[in-house]
Amino acid sequence: MKALILALALVSGLALAQPSDNRPEAHLADPALEAKAREIAKTIRCLVCQNQSIEDSNADLARDLRTIVRERVQAGDGKDAVEAYLVARYGDWVLLKPPLRARTFLLWLGPAIFFVFGALGVALYFRKRRAQPVPAAAPLSAAENERLKGLMGRDGGS
Amino acid sequence: MRIGFLLPALVFALLAVALGVGLTLKPREIPSALIDKPIPDFALPPVQGRTAGLSSGDLRTGEVSMVNVFASWCGPCRTEHPILMDIAKAGTLPLHGLNYKDKPEAAASFLRSLGDPYRRTGADRDGRVSIEWGVYGVPETFLIDRQGRIAFKHVGPLTPEVMERTINPKIAELKR
Repeated sequence: MKALILALALVSGLALAQPSDNRPEAHLADPALEAKAREIAKTIRCLVCQNQSIEDSNADLARDLRTIVRERVQAGDGKDAVEAYLVARYGDWVLLKPPLRARTFLLWLGPAIFFVFGALGVALYFRKRRAQPVPAAAPLSAAENERLKGLMGRDGGS
Repeated sequence: MRIGFLLPALVFALLAVALGVGLTLKPREIPSALIDKPIPDFALPPVQGRTAGLSSGDLRTGEVSMVNVFASWCGPCRTEHPILMDIAKAGTLPLHGLNYKDKPEAAASFLRSLGDPYRRTGADRDGRVSIEWGVYGVPETFLIDRQGRIAFKHVGPLTPEVMERTINPKIAELKR
């Protein structure tokens, strides 16, 4: 029991000792600017690890790019200006959220197009069903009637 | 004749083709945003023990040239090195080296042991110049046209196949 408590204490101590972020580079002195730089870094794709933002990545290049983002923010650049700077060097690819352009038109509007076609298909299907009502069932033949009576009689007679 | 029942099969076939093409693309190779753009302005000191540094002026001489981004810590750079040596020996165009985030001694000993194919070298200690070039992994190789614009970029090691299929034809085209 004592060992367990000790172990738990150690583990919780470790958890407490984890720094909130383990970024090796210098942060901006102004917390508002630092927060802004981090917000921007979250939208920039790491070029080495690809599906991570530079804020989340430990790659060397991601760190260098975070430093650049901080420098730009410190110099008074807004989000758009920082993104433009990086896009000029690495292309739209560097943005985790691709901008709406002629080339990315299908990417952005694809789901809407699929939805419209799907809805159209469903609407057509139901309209067609209503247009041709379900044909009335053929009346039972004499033999079927006899059989039905037998079944009903057996069931109801108990 | 009703052919409506073929529609799902048709949609499936179209999707299969589109996704099949997608499978052959290489997401690792990010298209460069700098193709046909002027080379960035920069000036770098040479790799340790060398005299000729590399600056934007050296690439705006009206000559077609090649810039190879390398580092001693980069494995594929070693594999492509013999090809760079061949290019230097053939002398078809000036070949310059951009040394990415390397220790001065390590870069110098890399070139000492494997041979130095570069006419000029630039030591980019903090990687800032390479970021201006849109470098995201070493090795990368750029071709600069007569007007001092980035005409082509190859990501990854040069191989005899890459040289024959893409680089050499591109050089010939630029020199024309």
